[in-house]
Amino acid sequence: MAGFEPSALPELLPLYYRRLFPHGPYGRWLGYGGGECGAAGRAGAGERGPGRESGAGDPGTEPAAPPAVEKNYFARREFSFTLRDDIYVRYQSFEHPQDLEKELQKTCPYKVDIGAVYSHRPSQHNALRSGAFQAQEKELVFDIDMTDYDDVRGCCSSAEICSKCWTLMTIAIRVLDRALVEDLGVQHRLWVYSGRRGVHCWVCDDTVRKWSSSLRSSIVDYLSLVKGGADTVKKVNLSDPVHPFISKSLRLVEERFEEYALLGQDILGSRESWDKVLALVPEPLREQLQQDFPRKRDSVQRWARLKALVEKSRQSSSSSKKLPSYAEKEIMLQFCFPRLDGNVSKGLNHLLKSPFSVHPKTGRISVPIDVQRLDQFDPFAVPTISSLCRELDEANDADEDRDKENEEDPEPKRRVRDYKRTSLAPYVRVFERFVEDMERARRGELLRRSDLQGDF
Amino acid sequence: MEFSSARGRRRAARAGGRGRYPHSLQFYLAPPAESVSLAEFESFAVDRLRLLKVVENLGVKYLKGTDDYKSKLEYELRKLKFPFKALAEDDYDARRKDHISHFILRLAYCQSEDLRRWFIQQEMDLFRYRFNELSDSLVQQFLEYVNLLYEPISEEVKERLKDELLMSTPGLSAEKVKEQAFYKIPLQDAQDLIRVRRVLLNYGFALVPHQDMVVIILNNYRTKLSKALALTARSLPAVQSDERLQPLLNHLSHSYIGPDYSAQKNTGKISLEQIDTLSVKSYPICMRQLHKALRENHHLRHGGRMQYGLFLKGIGLTLEQALEFWKSEFIRGKIDADKFDKGYAYSIRHNYGKEGKRTDYTPFSCMKIILSNPPSQGDYHGCPFRHSDPELLKQKLQSYKISSTGISQILELVKGMHYQLACQKYFELTHDVDDIGFPLNHPNQYFVESQKLLNGDSPVYQFLPALSGIHGLKKGHLKEGKYHTLEMKTALCPLPQLPSSCL
Ligand SMILES: [Zn+2]
Repeated sequence: MAGFEPSALPELLPLYYRRLFPHGPYGRWLGYGGGECGAAGRAGAGERGPGRESGAGDPGTEPAAPPAVEKNYFARREFSFTLRDDIYVRYQSFEHPQDLEKELQKTCPYKVDIGAVYSHRPSQHNALRSGAFQAQEKELVFDIDMTDYDDVRGCCSSAEICSKCWTLMTIAIRVLDRALVEDLGVQHRLWVYSGRRGVHCWVCDDTVRKWSSSLRSSIVDYLSLVKGGADTVKKVNLSDPVHPFISKSLRLVEERFEEYALLGQDILGSRESWDKVLALVPEPLREQLQQDFPRKRDSVQRWARLKALVEKSRQSSSSSKKLPSYAEKEIMLQFCFPRLDGNVSKGLNHLLKSPFSVHPKTGRISVPIDVQRLDQFDPFAVPTISSLCRELDEANDADEDRDKENEEDPEPKRRVRDYKRTSLAPYVRVFERFVEDMERARRGELLRRSDLQGDF
Repeated sequence: MEFSSARGRRRAARAGGRGRYPHSLQFYLAPPAESVSLAEFESFAVDRLRLLKVVENLGVKYLKGTDDYKSKLEYELRKLKFPFKALAEDDYDARRKDHISHFILRLAYCQSEDLRRWFIQQEMDLFRYRFNELSDSLVQQFLEYVNLLYEPISEEVKERLKDELLMSTPGLSAEKVKEQAFYKIPLQDAQDLIRVRRVLLNYGFALVPHQDMVVIILNNYRTKLSKALALTARSLPAVQSDERLQPLLNHLSHSYIGPDYSAQKNTGKISLEQIDTLSVKSYPICMRQLHKALRENHHLRHGGRMQYGLFLKGIGLTLEQALEFWKSEFIRGKIDADKFDKGYAYSIRHNYGKEGKRTDYTPFSCMKIILSNPPSQGDYHGCPFRHSDPELLKQKLQSYKISSTGISQILELVKGMHYQLACQKYFELTHDVDDIGFPLNHPNQYFVESQKLLNGDSPVYQFLPALSGIHGLKKGHLKEGKYHTLEMKTALCPLPQLPSSCL
């Protein structure tokens, strides 16, 4: 955003971690209801007073119940910090969320990454015999980066994005989110804008965090359709029968294909660009289309012709026993289907940038995305650390007089109001709703379990 | 067959009365609870290792599941006295041996990622073969026995999802969807189907048609086995502190079955002048590489001197020849004679058991070379199939004048991590034979077989037929006088009793 200078970070970060970072819900999230740190009252050092006004998410008032996660769950989580001059510190761990909060305020990392929950406290990993220290649990994470789409977007390349190609990210989110819920039966997904050119997803269900890396690999293979690097021309190959995962994903792609690919990218706009598309069409059809295309007015008309021709050939293939061509579907998928960085999702000990971390290059905050209102999410409207600090200054100036009248107003209360009075507030609200949903589900599960045990 | 029925459960209960092993097929859920004599422990372990090696070889030579594959495997099972036919009523001994030997090898093969991967692969293939040999009713009994009764989806759900079910499995027809049951399988048990997108996923469950259940069973078996190996690995320090078991287990995992090539009969039958020629004609690629490096650099680092030195001892160099050989080469480099005598001669005499503990060291087997002490920068030891970059390996093979089809066959085996089979292929290509007909397990075996082929049945290198014992395992290792038997339960399951779900 306007006016962000990386050199200002040392000055801005202390303010950010002290007054803006949502330590309360963050601690409740990663505590996962664990005995030591799950209770909102203890976890939310920065979340006292009005912070609880929602009334939800306070397991502390529930009757004593078995802890939802193993002992020291939070304390066994790896955090890693990127400090000034790219100094990278791995295997940080903290007893309680409050200790993490203190450390963030003290060291003010440029970037925070979250790793796995290990068998032991990561800070002590050096003291253990090799092999004993092992990653045990981790959210299932996805990392989708716009640079992986460079061969199919004409508007930008590498780190740049614009509102046209952002559509690719929204398609990726829709496709994956549907599969996560309807196919994999997942409940708790946190989608996050990375702060520059991509999105992340954190799948946080209790069962999913326990998934082995081999199951994660299988799932990533299930979810991946676009295969091959720069040398591969045809990156999607469908065969009969088309699996329901693919047809359901296709329906989501189709809804946006015209707007994105035909109007936005104009992929059939000139001979040069349609040749690239026709390379994905099998031989006899390709020749026909090469003759037809120049006579058509624009990308939309040309696409209609291509689609009609391939569909017709598919109908006749069933009688002639030739293999059917799914070229029009393959093209849509090659252009729009999510391209995952599989390695990030497969392993347990891969680190991923934390939500609410600052992007060190753009200054943008890595904020949660409300999937219900995905079309309204504008990556260019996401606040930067400098814009937030400026908003905070302005709000404080305006309030100074009132604060003087009310001297005994306790400090923590004001801190809560701090982020609520900046444009970070709606994003924190999305995050809180995600955490509250998890807490509600957890309480439901505890009730169910105690019912089963006949405690009621 | 169906996967759940009260009738079947009653049958299983009756079958359970038949003793500890109601089925020829096992999931090996509980460790043996009886005492086993050390002699039995050893011979069971060796036989299972043989069996698994056969499984590996057959799997590469034949298409799995073909008649050739099946008849060869049955023959081996019969020969080694493992259960080979599902229906045999009175094969208690074979089933017991199957059970105990599996657990012994778990101990030996849990120690590294490589070993675990190899062990799981062979055990899976063995299991698949045996499972496919079961009749429908035995399958049903077995699944009940191992508690793998999955819930079928209701007709109503099936009706609602029938189109999606049809589109999820290639080759299904609407009638097939109608007539067979679909089971609700947790994702982790259906990984092999999920990975290739051959099953319908519905809100966290894979809905698997009856025809694909064998994949689920195998998947489940692999998950259990790999978890069990990880647990065993964690408990290993306790096992290793058992002085009776430790040497045996190390030998099992690092060694092969067969003669130990410690060279008695052929000592002194080779002259130093022959070595350069032999290195081209009859050395396996690992030794050829070491010899060449030695001639070029007039030096080898410790790992290379051990691997090559013991090999030379195995092919028949006397201690005096060895000293002369190494010295003449080293003094052409930076080492002068005096320094050689002080620094290097000791370790050569040591190899021949003339120094230190006076152990008569045996040449390294392929398993040992592949699995221990990987080479680093400046080293020439190790197994080139295992430790070389595939591109470098390719260049090396080209320089040895291997045909390009031969090279790609070898690289394919390397890719599949069948390093010894790659070496076998190299032997076949360089000796122009189609199939050497025996597994290649030892560099000295390579040399002997090569010489046999090149010189006719040379009388110089005659070895005992495969010994029944394990290479290098000396009587003293087992201290038989002191402990007569092992409590299998404590030896094999040193952890507190775990719920069967963890095993
Ligand atoms: Zn763009």
